[in-house]
Amino acid sequence: MEAFEYARPTTNEEVVKLLTGAKGGAQVLAGGTDILSLMKDGVARPARLVSLQHVKELRGITFHPGTGLRLGATATFEELLENPDVRKHYPALAQAAEGVSSPQVRNTGTVAGDLCQRPRCWYYRAGFGLLAIYNGKPLVPDGDNRYHAILGNSGPAYFVSPSSLAPILVALNAKVKLHGPQGARELPVQDFFLTPKNDQEIEHALQPGEIVTEILVPAPGDVKMAVYEVRQKEALDWPLAAAAVVLNLEGDTVKKVRVVLGHVAPVPWPSPEAEEALTGKSVSEDAAWEAGKAALSKATPLSKNVYKVQLARVAVKRAILRAAKGEA
Amino acid sequence: MRRKKGKLRELHKEGFSRRDFLKGASMAVSTGLLATQEAGAATPETEPGVLGPGAVPITLEINGKPHSLKVEPRVTLLDALRNRLDLTGAKKVCDRGVCGACTVILDGRPVYACNLLAIEAEGHHIVTIEGLSTEGKLHPVMTAFVNHDAQQCGFCTPGFVVACKAFLDKHPDPTREDVERGLGGNLCRCGTYAGVREAVLEAAKTLKGGRANG
Ligand SMILES: Cc1cc2nc3c(=O)[nH]c(=O)nc-3n(C[C@H](O)[C@H](O)[C@H](O)COP(=O)(O)OP(=O)(O)OC[C@H]3O[C@@H](n4cnc5c(N)ncnc54)[C@H](O)[C@@H]3O)c2cc1C
Ligand code: FES
Ligand code: FES
Repeated sequence: MEAFEYARPTTNEEVVKLLTGAKGGAQVLAGGTDILSLMKDGVARPARLVSLQHVKELRGITFHPGTGLRLGATATFEELLENPDVRKHYPALAQAAEGVSSPQVRNTGTVAGDLCQRPRCWYYRAGFGLLAIYNGKPLVPDGDNRYHAILGNSGPAYFVSPSSLAPILVALNAKVKLHGPQGARELPVQDFFLTPKNDQEIEHALQPGEIVTEILVPAPGDVKMAVYEVRQKEALDWPLAAAAVVLNLEGDTVKKVRVVLGHVAPVPWPSPEAEEALTGKSVSEDAAWEAGKAALSKATPLSKNVYKVQLARVAVKRAILRAAKGEA
Repeated sequence: MRRKKGKLRELHKEGFSRRDFLKGASMAVSTGLLATQEAGAATPETEPGVLGPGAVPITLEINGKPHSLKVEPRVTLLDALRNRLDLTGAKKVCDRGVCGACTVILDGRPVYACNLLAIEAEGHHIVTIEGLSTEGKLHPVMTAFVNHDAQQCGFCTPGFVVACKAFLDKHPDPTREDVERGLGGNLCRCGTYAGVREAVLEAAKTLKGGRANG
């Protein structure tokens, strides 16, 4: 790891000032579970790290029945998992946090860091840039693309969004609050994620010097929710495909449903097709399976990841059934 | 961690040099988050509150004792423990937060020391494997590891023992399923998992017995 300056401010204002004031680039240090690895591999080379550890206003989790949930940027996965309000009112968020199966990662990794972590695409991690271009040629379409995108992958971006929390946050209509040199602003989590169209763009909406300060999740209302992830290994890995489902039932009938897929596209991937397939139906294995098929009806797998289409269908089906059962 | 060495080797054959790799890396940086956060404006020589990049004096509280040392901000807690403080129990295996060999306990919670800067560990209580045995007496988790042959090459063992200790502090009465789920942050290439699970269940009993007996 190259040498860098380090600062530990105590307010959001100071963080922003220290981020914009660094010659040679500065980056935020939250839990460090991603950024330090990127720096050891030479993929990120900030001249300064600005630590969030001592910023009190970025911490904590609070819930009010009327307004919903506020996750401070530096709340950890473990805090999310241990929070009784989260477990009770947003069980699917706890399921997503639990999916990060290493207690060590859950103890240090933060919720904002989860949204801001960089993609796991091995070409990116090996230094070929987010779009994995070498000698003017994209490496992914003819390369080893077994873990790459099966939706939203017409290029030039082929990586998948790595965040396990993002799909359920999108399904719950959560917002991120940002703070930057121009002050504070709010964005739906969905709009926080972007598909880069050229090598000047990145995968989220953070402007220079801007940080995520909190995640706001509306009160859930009378819904059932679940996340289902398909993983290759039980531990120390990212999902191959995942689905987050928020169900609004009237008796047995689906009045409204949100289906958002994860790890299949450069951004969390809402599926109006699955939502349409399920709305007005009563939840059954067959109806859930039809929704799964609909969700992937427009999939465009690459040469080595056709298998992910089936995994994603199954994830949608099982997330729907898990939500309907209401199991925590 | 998903990484394709084979592919890189292939590129190498195509005349892909180390210099290209570094170029690739700096390209990634210039197109990444970093670039968007780069400020064009001139900056003062040193800003208040900014430490490093040279060595900075810090104090770490390890196994109940304060240790003062000078480290550059880039030094991880793991490197500070191993290279500066001669606490070599925590092992450096992946150095990327994906194996658990470097596990230490920070304020009662297990963390990877390789993914934590030493300077960030200031002000926290750190417990390492060296802090678990007192006066030459093995910790019950260690005894249970011996009883159940829960190690082969032993490289993952200190990290595993620390993770097991932290797990039992939080789950004093675990089921077998809890144990399987609760130790998801440690890898063992020799495959000693079955022994480790038995050891944790035994240690849970010993510890409970110990507590009940005073
Ligand atoms: C073994 C292993 C397994 C994992 N499995 C999963 C998984 O299954 N699912 C999953 O979702 N994740 C997984 N992760 C990733 C992990 O969740 C992220 O690394 C973690 O959430 C990042 O949080 P952090 O606080 O450590 O961020 P850091 O590493 O400190 O930062 C990550 C990035 O986000 C930026 N950043 C952090 N906080 C902010 C902020 N408030 N504002 C602006 N920018 C910010 C940093 O500058 C940096 O670029 C895994 C990681 C490991 C090591
Ligand atoms: S050496 Fe730290 S997790 Fe592998
Ligand atoms: S005993 Fe060899 S790695 Fe675990």
